Amino acid sequence: MHFSLSPEMMREIIMDHYTNPRNKREVDDKNYQTIYMDSTSCIDKIYVQVLIKDNILVDVVWHGIGCAISSASTSIMSELLKGKTVDEANNILKNYFAMIDEKDFDENVLDEAVVFINTSRQPARIKCATIGYRGVDKILKGDKDNG
Amino acid sequence: MFDVNEIRKDFPMLKNKMQNHDLIYFDNAATSLKPTCVIKAINDYYLKYCANAHRGDYDIAHKVDEEYENGRNIVAKFINANPNEIVFTSGTTMGLNIVAYGLMDKINEGDEILITEAEHASNVLPWFKIAKEKNAIIKYIPLTKEGKLTPDSLKNTLSNKTKVVAIAHVSNVLGYVVDAKTLAKLTHQYGAYFVLDAAQSAPHLKLDVKDIDADFVCFSGHKMLGPTGIGVLYGKYKLLKEMDPLMSGGGMNTRFDMCGDVGLQIPPLKFEAGTQNIEGVIGLSSAIKYLEKIGMNNIEEYEKELKKYAVEKLKKLDNVIIYNENSESGIITFNIKDVFAQDAGSYFNSKGIAVRTGLHCAKILVNFLHTEATVRASLYFYNTKEEIDAFVEACKSGGDFLDAFFA
Ligand SMILES: Cc1ncc(COP(=O)(O)O)c(C=O)c1O
Repeated sequence: MHFSLSPEMMREIIMDHYTNPRNKREVDDKNYQTIYMDSTSCIDKIYVQVLIKDNILVDVVWHGIGCAISSASTSIMSELLKGKTVDEANNILKNYFAMIDEKDFDENVLDEAVVFINTSRQPARIKCATIGYRGVDKILKGDKDNG
Repeated sequence: MFDVNEIRKDFPMLKNKMQNHDLIYFDNAATSLKPTCVIKAINDYYLKYCANAHRGDYDIAHKVDEEYENGRNIVAKFINANPNEIVFTSGTTMGLNIVAYGLMDKINEGDEILITEAEHASNVLPWFKIAKEKNAIIKYIPLTKEGKLTPDSLKNTLSNKTKVVAIAHVSNVLGYVVDAKTLAKLTHQYGAYFVLDAAQSAPHLKLDVKDIDADFVCFSGHKMLGPTGIGVLYGKYKLLKEMDPLMSGGGMNTRFDMCGDVGLQIPPLKFEAGTQNIEGVIGLSSAIKYLEKIGMNNIEEYEKELKKYAVEKLKKLDNVIIYNENSESGIITFNIKDVFAQDAGSYFNSKGIAVRTGLHCAKILVNFLHTEATVRASLYFYNTKEEIDAFVEACKSGGDFLDAFFA
């Protein structure tokens, strides 16, 4: 597999999203679907909010406490999914999970999210690198607790 | 003292690698590693005399009975109690639940249960439940700025309404050792019950329940070289006799008829319903024998020395914040500056170092440490100064925590 990003660039991208998170805000709007993600084995507690209109993810925002991996991965995800159709979003999720699981995936649809290619080196952090994606997956599958 | 390099040979786990480094296990407050003798004792039970306890008339069942009850004697001697005051549980959590449930009849509306903000969830939630049931009040004994519980503070919080004081002997967050004997004495002056959570003390120091004069003491086998799923509840015999057991079933009754007339066993069997964790008792007995051979005072002294050594070295680094440098036990709670605890945890993992990260107890962290999360390195007597050197080296470059993924 070939990547256009060097490890140094990947590190920079993660640190950039960690220190300057994108789309990190809480919205108080009933049209958004909200999901809360946490885990007993992990410190991260993250809310993801998605506004879907006419089958398009018009807005993707998030807030909460998280480590660099969960914060940066959710930040990158929010940029990646914003403006995509539900089908496109599902395809991105599918490829992202495949990458994390060290399976074949389409690099082109993941864009900057490929910086998490090495997550399996720290298996305990897989939960962090997927927290936002699992949240959106639940929203798209309609399997969520609003709250 | 003892030769730590000899001791390390007894712990097969220490021969393992993690992320291609020799394992440095600094998560002993979560659970301890097990020596070969404990593993062998458990194996022997399954290989040579597997049978139930209190149930059989044949030789191997008799041997199980002997080993099981001998385990009770070993535990009793270890903490200076009588064997009939030793109840086997699944761990500290179950012990505290038995105590809270058993004291329910003695707690009335408006009575006060005193705990602290540094307690482990298992010494908080059972009391919340009882308080709700009985309309009793949970009160927090104030801690000092450092997060310590002092006798003065307890004295100022006790009142004629106090029914229970339930506190940790050693805090799992900051590692301070409380003056349990003085606290018990103060508690008894108000006629209240003194419940000691010894999960973090029994493995590390000489615990003498008679000297402390505690009413109840709970601890877990797995934090003191024993297997998981076995623990001990010590209770004064008179109190155990008065208490209603949380669990009912076989082995704890002497007779019952279908009209609901049940005759209960006397303590401790009254509290041991159902088939017990026999391998657990056998493993724990072996663990205690091992600890006694080394000597609890030696263990305490050695860990103090390790902690002091680690703190002195860590203090020289300007990127490490230590939250409990003055606490007596081998627990070091810290953060690497500008690195979220969980990221530091992965970074240590990439160096083969096992530490715990977390919001160990949200309240105490927010109120006393002013941070959302911390890293905890907790030592035991098989850890070495060389391991601490490697840990300190890792801390130095902790700012490059993404090395865990890219180096
Ligand atoms: C102070 C304290 N109390 C109670 C417990 C609960 O022990 P267990 O999970 O073995 O029941 C722990 C374990 O982390 C502890 O540190």
